[in-house]
Amino acid sequence: MAKAFLIDTTVCTGCRGCQIACKQWKKLPAAKTENRGTYQNPEDLSHTTYKLVRMNEAEIDGKLRWLFFPDQCRHCLEPPCLETAGEPKAIYRHRATGAVLYTPVTRDIDTEAVIESCPYNIPRKAPDGRLVKCDLCIDRVSHGLLPACVQTCPTGAMKFGEEKDIRTWARARLAEVRHKFPKAVLVNPDKVRVLYLTAFDPTRYWEYAIAEHREIPLTRATALRRMAQPVRDFFAAIL
Amino acid sequence: MTNHWIDIKNSDVILIMGSNAAENHPISFKYVVEAQNRGATLICVDPRFTRTASKADIYTALRSGTDIAFLGGMIKYILDNKLYDEEYVLGYTDAAMLVGESFDFKDGLFSGYDPKKRAYDKASWALMRDDNGVPRRDDTLEHPRCVFQLLKRHYARYSLPLVSRITGTPEKDLVKVYRTFAATGERGRAGTILYAMGWTQHTVGVQNIRAMSIIQLLLGNMGVAGGGINALRGESNVQGSTDQGLLFHILPGYLATPSTAWPRLEDYLKRRPKSGDPLSANWWQNEPKYIVSLLKAYFGDAARKENEFGYGWLPKLDAGQAYSWLDLFDAMHAGKIKGFFAWGMNPACSGSNAVKTREALAKLDWMVAVNLFDNETASFWRGPGVQPDRIGTEVFLLPACVSVEKEGSITNSGRWMQWRYAGPKPRAESRPDGDIILALGRKVRELYRAEGGAFPEPVLHLKWDYEGPHGEFDPHRVAQWINGYFLEDVKVGDAVHRKGTRVPAFALLQADGSTACGNWIYCGSYPEKGNLSARRGQEDAPNGIGLFPEFAWAWPVNRRILYNRASVDAQGQPRDRKDWVIRWEDGKWVGDVPDGPWPPLGDLKKPNPASRWPFIMTVHGFGQIYGPGLNDGPFPEHYEPLECPLERNYMNAQRINPVAPVWEGKTDAFATCDPRFPYVATTYRVSEHWQTGVMTRTQPWLLETQPQMFVEISEELAALRQFRNGERVRAVSARGAVECTVIVTKRFKPLKLGDLVVHQVGFPWHFGWRWPESGREESANLLTPSTGDPNTRIPETKAFMVNLQKV
Repeated sequence: MAKAFLIDTTVCTGCRGCQIACKQWKKLPAAKTENRGTYQNPEDLSHTTYKLVRMNEAEIDGKLRWLFFPDQCRHCLEPPCLETAGEPKAIYRHRATGAVLYTPVTRDIDTEAVIESCPYNIPRKAPDGRLVKCDLCIDRVSHGLLPACVQTCPTGAMKFGEEKDIRTWARARLAEVRHKFPKAVLVNPDKVRVLYLTAFDPTRYWEYAIAEHREIPLTRATALRRMAQPVRDFFAAIL
Repeated sequence: MTNHWIDIKNSDVILIMGSNAAENHPISFKYVVEAQNRGATLICVDPRFTRTASKADIYTALRSGTDIAFLGGMIKYILDNKLYDEEYVLGYTDAAMLVGESFDFKDGLFSGYDPKKRAYDKASWALMRDDNGVPRRDDTLEHPRCVFQLLKRHYARYSLPLVSRITGTPEKDLVKVYRTFAATGERGRAGTILYAMGWTQHTVGVQNIRAMSIIQLLLGNMGVAGGGINALRGESNVQGSTDQGLLFHILPGYLATPSTAWPRLEDYLKRRPKSGDPLSANWWQNEPKYIVSLLKAYFGDAARKENEFGYGWLPKLDAGQAYSWLDLFDAMHAGKIKGFFAWGMNPACSGSNAVKTREALAKLDWMVAVNLFDNETASFWRGPGVQPDRIGTEVFLLPACVSVEKEGSITNSGRWMQWRYAGPKPRAESRPDGDIILALGRKVRELYRAEGGAFPEPVLHLKWDYEGPHGEFDPHRVAQWINGYFLEDVKVGDAVHRKGTRVPAFALLQADGSTACGNWIYCGSYPEKGNLSARRGQEDAPNGIGLFPEFAWAWPVNRRILYNRASVDAQGQPRDRKDWVIRWEDGKWVGDVPDGPWPPLGDLKKPNPASRWPFIMTVHGFGQIYGPGLNDGPFPEHYEPLECPLERNYMNAQRINPVAPVWEGKTDAFATCDPRFPYVATTYRVSEHWQTGVMTRTQPWLLETQPQMFVEISEELAALRQFRNGERVRAVSARGAVECTVIVTKRFKPLKLGDLVVHQVGFPWHFGWRWPESGREESANLLTPSTGDPNTRIPETKAFMVNLQKV
């Protein structure tokens, strides 16, 4: 059954347990960082950081807010990266869960185009040329465990489960949250499996929090592939 | 905690002040969020907008060290607007009791002050008693000497404009917080307080908590679900360590450490005050059973009635002398202490005025550091500015294994004793602390046996038999002796308890040497039926308020909410019908384990003689709005921190707490209202590091998130001093200096104290030169002062003065 996340930023305390749990499960090394005048560290996602709590101080309607945004791959329903790559050996969708997965074959595709195609600015290139990002802890999930980040979250800001349940839950939670935060939204709920609930305009949290924020350039190759897709689907179906 | 972690969810208003629960107790927010989802309001009061503040419904700032002014204003607001719970205040607190004529308060001083000793004679604070020794009362609450009227008079000075001028909190914010919290005085609503070192680490630390206790009593919030006074302890087992007496002034179970004032056991046994009120449980009158059972647990058969059960073998404190951290390091600095065990501690970074501490370590002949890793203490002899060839201290570093590698229990803030099994085997030569202590004790005993010594009896008579079959430390054996044994057949009522069986509850402990118990409050944790702290039952109690009575075990007697007799009316029916704690039903109590088995009071005017007043640990059985036992006065009063930005205290004629300890050595320098140190400073922790960082700075993933020592400053201060975000500066105090990275943030704001604008800055205290390897990230405690609370002597690390300089 397809899976989904709900990341409810209204109860995220920015403790970064998720960020560290991700590194721990994936055995990703720590970067040598400096304090750059903010708690947010590392500065950005990287080939060794798949999950990053972005932190932003903002005055909204005369009140100071410290906005936390645990950023990660959204596992799009129609992933532009997958489409751009056009190579199922490099980027494919995990049938059971819907996870969008990258393989070492990403070395052999146009990585820049894939990176450019992501409206959420997620994929990163490793020194060996591979593209990397969150894989929904597919190894854990396939064995009935929760993703490491969800498992560790102390406040329940992160939920993971059957897509249908999560979507229902997300809508109910949004209605609840709107009593306190009337401008609360679910971010691109129809496009992604990782639903973010934000109390305010998502761009106050992070420039790439929402897809509408940027035009996604359509490469010629992608456009051609899109035209050919129905034919491929037809053959896939009869084979 | 009088309550416990899960119980936070039952609260209607959660005040987080003096702690930063979201960052330093992340799991607490599971329950804070649950309460908020149920409609609770979260208030955060902190000098700085924290990750806790980010989730608060109401946030406001105050100047570090002015909490009593803030809370005193709330007491006045509650009294002026009659928002207190009258039935509760009259029935369950000391509000109606009359205070003796000799009690007085003038010019910031309570009666009985001796300026030479910097101490009070507390005799002048006593309550008036009738011929039977029962406190005199005025149930109209109108007598000018009744606690209620004295309280009113004391806080009449705490007006909104004055409180605002001291705290820097805008008046409208004060009113918003006061109104919201005071609304929990309504029957059926509960307010809780979550505090930590932000309240304790001040020269008025205990009185900060007293002030909140007064508020909780006025609002009827003690004993109820979602209420209480809740200290969030700084380490997973700090509650356990104080329970087991790891402080100079207490033995296990909060029994006082013997003193030269009580040279004989009989002196010790009769020192507790008695109440003439037959309805007062005055639980401490049972102390003889607990101390004698403790002595039996310490000395076994060697403890006999004829030798005062070995009381003479216990070390005695010199009466009037404190042996706290500040005092010990002062003595060490003066060369009076020759040897030192730094066990699981890093004083070179953790204690206030680390400059002095590091100098003191160099005066030792020897030091044994027991730790997981090398740290700034074990390596002090090669620290910054230290020449190893000039240090005479011989240092031994013993590797201890990690908590998950050993079996035993921890006790959390909610008083739950939780058993843990051992995970992986200890690596290399590292060993459990228990094994190291056992081996040490064995060696010391061998030496005493072979060579004698000045006073060998206490060491040689110790019942030192906690070994398992292979000579290893046996945590079960220790836990069983902490629980206690019958040493003879003991008949209580109709039941006979057989010799050699474990005592099921502390009510059965005896003062005649027939029982042994290592810690009376843990009696019942490991009875004959097994180790109750290892239970993981998932079922809630019938009241459904999250007590989970069969998950682990809570002291005392598995009671999850203390003072729960105050949660019911005189008929034993819950004052809050929804989230009830206990209830009298068909002649017995149901719900939580009640604070004693006695029936309900029945009628407050003519109480059932078989019943007892609800606050069973106090002498007279009532919640103490008036606290005549503390060293610095029966009512909390605002005094400035040792170092502050003001020339005088706006509230009274005393600038600082008149009984706070002050040292005068060269390394104890302080500078108050001094233009060289213009900024109010405080210290704190972040989620990503723990304590002095020995276990976290060495962890690359954590260091990645918080790699460097920093100072947080406001945008306004940054503009004023032209500091750029991310640049390195030097923070200096009258005692030391630390290099930090500047974080310019909206989360600190300048405060207006009348016409005066005061800037506040803050430092984490997790760093030390030993790691990261640059050696440049140092401890914030190089800045903090040598002073502390006059009751506990905890250092004042939360309010002091600094300057920042360009590097």
